Amino acid sequence: MLARRIIPCLDVKDGRVVKGKQFKALKDVDTPEVLSKYYDEEGADELVFYDITASSERRKLSLAFVEKVAQTINIPFSVGGGVNSLEDFTMILRKGADKVSINSGAVLNPKLIKEAALKFGSQCVVLSIDAKYNGKTYDVYIKGGRENTYIDAIEWAKEGVRLGAGEIVINSMDADGMKEGFHIDLVNQIIAAVNVPVIASGGAGKVEDFTELALNTTADGMLAASVFHYKEIRIKDLKTRLKAAGIPVRI
Amino acid sequence: MHVIVDYGAGNIASILKACNDIEFNVVLSKNPEMIKNADSLILPGVGAFGAAMEQLNNTGLIPLIKEHVSLGKPFLGICLGMQLLYETSYEMGKFQGLGFLKGEVVPFKNTLKVPHMGWNQLTFNKPEHPILSGIKEDDYVYFVHSYYVKTKETDVVAYTPYGVDVPAIVAKNKVVGMQFHPEKSGTVGKALLKAYKERML
Repeated sequence: MLARRIIPCLDVKDGRVVKGKQFKALKDVDTPEVLSKYYDEEGADELVFYDITASSERRKLSLAFVEKVAQTINIPFSVGGGVNSLEDFTMILRKGADKVSINSGAVLNPKLIKEAALKFGSQCVVLSIDAKYNGKTYDVYIKGGRENTYIDAIEWAKEGVRLGAGEIVINSMDADGMKEGFHIDLVNQIIAAVNVPVIASGGAGKVEDFTELALNTTADGMLAASVFHYKEIRIKDLKTRLKAAGIPVRI
Repeated sequence: MHVIVDYGAGNIASILKACNDIEFNVVLSKNPEMIKNADSLILPGVGAFGAAMEQLNNTGLIPLIKEHVSLGKPFLGICLGMQLLYETSYEMGKFQGLGFLKGEVVPFKNTLKVPHMGWNQLTFNKPEHPILSGIKEDDYVYFVHSYYVKTKETDVVAYTPYGVDVPAIVAKNKVVGMQFHPEKSGTVGKALLKAYKERML
């Protein structure tokens, strides 16, 4: 059976993983390539890197890490952060990433999805959506969650797939950082709207949160950052528990 | 000399890395002399079938590739590179492939999520085949594809279940195809490449 993917997410700034110092047992190894090896060995199915380097000039230098990660691991990984042109896609894929994640850049210029899908194939184009509940429906936010576009998140997911996105990462801004579980309603609404793989992001705090998501949705992947970085949850243990609950995982 | 056919297909760095990891010395080339004299060929591939066939055609290498296979020399097609081994594809039109294997490339039923993306398990159809010597049944490998091969069962070494039995590893004489990405499939992928290197060459 197709396994549910466990996906650690790493924020990179100026070529270094931010929060790297929190890896207490892994001192002085807070480069993307070293952490990617660690997560590969832990049993991660895929990795996601967001380059949060502020200026685009410095980001180009920072992205040198992509090449090093590609030379380190034999599992797929995607890279996002500040992607807003076909040149960004080309640069990231040439350095060896398998997929490119777009967020604000796609909202501001939706045809970028189509151009990238035509040039590189839909499988390379991941549409990442930051969504927040407005009391009735979900709004799409951009610029790292700072700006509400008032675009409906479900409609945007449909449009993104129509334009050629091959995968959706849905990040619940309501759940993010709360560690009270994934936003199951939002994830299910996205899954019902599109027929591409959907990755759920935001809210993971404990093993049961992953189990609950897996049992109540058909999300293909479960993405989390801090619970893995701080070793609150070890991927090996998580997968053992998921398997015991009858959820297909790669062990 | 073992040569990866360079025709503009993506993903080459990962294949080179995985081969390097298992001490399989491969070179990337589109030089006709090198292709002609190659002991074995690897055909990678990402993207659409028609575009890839056109790119391959533009290199002028197809007659040399056909000669290589007709001489019974080892050949490995990866992902789209496996699909190109077949006769016909219905991806966005109708296109002729290399025709080394009998079968056609067709879309998944629309009730499934497409692309078939992620880690899926191998069901052995020919457990005794040497390409499987380094792995176990039900091991996971990494797939990314929206079309799959419909073929005669005799060529299928391993399937993966995705709505239908998707041919995952196919082989006929020294021609091998892998629908997934061995170079992205961790230790299992490397074991498959190692088996290719040690048992098929």
